[in-house]
Amino acid sequence: MSMILNYLPLFILAVLVGFFIITSVILSGFIGPKNPNTTKSSPYECGIIPEDTARKKFPIKFYPVAMLFVVFDVELVFIYPWAVVFNKLGVSGYVEMVIFILILLVGYLYILKRGGFEWEKRNF
Amino acid sequence: MTKESFIIWLIAKIILILVVFVALLLTIAFLIYAERKIIAFMQSRIGPNRVGPIGLLQPFADITKLFLKEDLIPAGADKFLFVLAPCISVFTAFMAFSVIPFGRDIVIHNVIIPLQITNLNVGVLFLMAIFAINVYGIVLAGWSSNSKYSLFGGMRSCAQMISYELPLGLSMVGILMLSHSLSLRSIVAAQSKHWFILMQMPAFIVFLISSIAETNRAPFDFPEAEPELVAGYHTEYSSFKFAMFFMAEYASMITLSALAVTLFFGGWLGPSFLPPFIWFFIKVCLMLFFFIWLRATYPRLRYDKLMKFQWTVLLPFSLLWILITGAILI
Repeated sequence: MSMILNYLPLFILAVLVGFFIITSVILSGFIGPKNPNTTKSSPYECGIIPEDTARKKFPIKFYPVAMLFVVFDVELVFIYPWAVVFNKLGVSGYVEMVIFILILLVGYLYILKRGGFEWEKRNF
Repeated sequence: MTKESFIIWLIAKIILILVVFVALLLTIAFLIYAERKIIAFMQSRIGPNRVGPIGLLQPFADITKLFLKEDLIPAGADKFLFVLAPCISVFTAFMAFSVIPFGRDIVIHNVIIPLQITNLNVGVLFLMAIFAINVYGIVLAGWSSNSKYSLFGGMRSCAQMISYELPLGLSMVGILMLSHSLSLRSIVAAQSKHWFILMQMPAFIVFLISSIAETNRAPFDFPEAEPELVAGYHTEYSSFKFAMFFMAEYASMITLSALAVTLFFGGWLGPSFLPPFIWFFIKVCLMLFFFIWLRATYPRLRYDKLMKFQWTVLLPFSLLWILITGAILI
C-alpha cells in the first residue's frame, strides 16, 4: 500500500470530527435561549464590576519556559531518528549521542546556575 | 492494488472510523460517569444515582442540559478565537486516537484491514505533533475570554503543557530503541515475547507523570485550580462550548491511557481466550481507573514546585535513562 494512502483515513476522520464540531456548535447556538444583557456578558470577577481589560502586561517568567522548551525540543527531534536506527549505528552511534548530550549538558548547567529553573528566582 | 480491493479497503476504513468515533464518544460519556461514581465511593458517598438505573444515564442528561443552555460570549472577547479554541481542543483530542492499534489484522476478500484507523510509519511523531497543537486550544481560550482568571489559567497551563511535553517525548525514546520503529503497530508486534514495561519501568514512571500533567488532571490540575482561579481557562465558557472542553479533556485522557498501554503493556496482545480488542479495552480501563484513583488520593501541588520538578528532575533523568538504555543494548 502506498504511503499517501495511509493518510486518507486521517483525512476522513478530520472531516467527520469537523462536521460533528460545526453542527453541534451551530445547533446549540440555535436551540439555547438568548436574553443577553450587559451584566450577564461582563467577564466574571467575583461579582464586582470588572476593572480594566484582562490583556495587560504579563509576568516575563512564562516566556523563558517557551525558549527553554525550543532548545530541548530540537534535541528531541535529533534523538528520535537516532533511536529508530540505533541497532545499526553500533558503538560509534552511541558515543556520538553521549557527546551530543554532554554538549547540551553544559548549557543545561549554565541555566541551572543562573537560576533559570527556579520559578521564584527567575530574572533574565 | 486493484480497484476492487481499494473499494473494499475504503468502505472497511469508513466503517472502522465511524465505529471508533461513536465508541470514543460513548467511552467519554461513561468515563465521566465512572469518575464521579468511583470518587464518590472513595469518599464514602453514593454519587449520581437518580437518572436511569444506578445513575447510568447521568452523562446524557448532563450533555442535554448543557446543549440547551444559553451560549454566552463575554463582552470584549475575541469572538472568532473564543469559538475556535474549544473546537481545536476537541479536534486534536479526537485526531490523536487515530494511530492507536486495537486489534489483529482482519482479512476481507484477500484485503488486509488492520484494526486501527491508520497505520502511519511516523505514528509516535504524529502523536507528539497533535499534543503540541493541543496547547493552542487552551491558551487561546484563556487569552480570548478577556477575563483575568481565564488568562492566568491559560498561561499557566501553556507553560505546564509545553514543559511536560519534553519528558513525555523523551520517555518514548527507549521504546523506539527496542522496537526500531515509530509505527505503533510495529511497537505492539515487538512486544510479543515480553512487554516493554519490564525493561523500561523508569521510562514508564516518567511517562505516567508527564501524561497526567499533559492532560491537566489532578494532582497537576493548575489550569483550573478551583480555589484560586475559579475554573481557569474555561471560566467564561458556557453551554456546549464548555461541554467541548470537558469532552476534550476526557478524550485525551483516554488517548494517553491507550498510548501507555500500547507502548508499555503490549497493546492488544494477551492470552487467546479473549479477543484482542477486549484485552486492549481491559488494559485501557485499568489505566483510566488509575488516573481517577490519583485524583481521589492526592491534593494539588504548588505551581513553582511542579515546574521545578520537571526541569531539574524529570528532564535530566529521562536523558540519563536514554543513555543507560543505550549502554544496556549495546
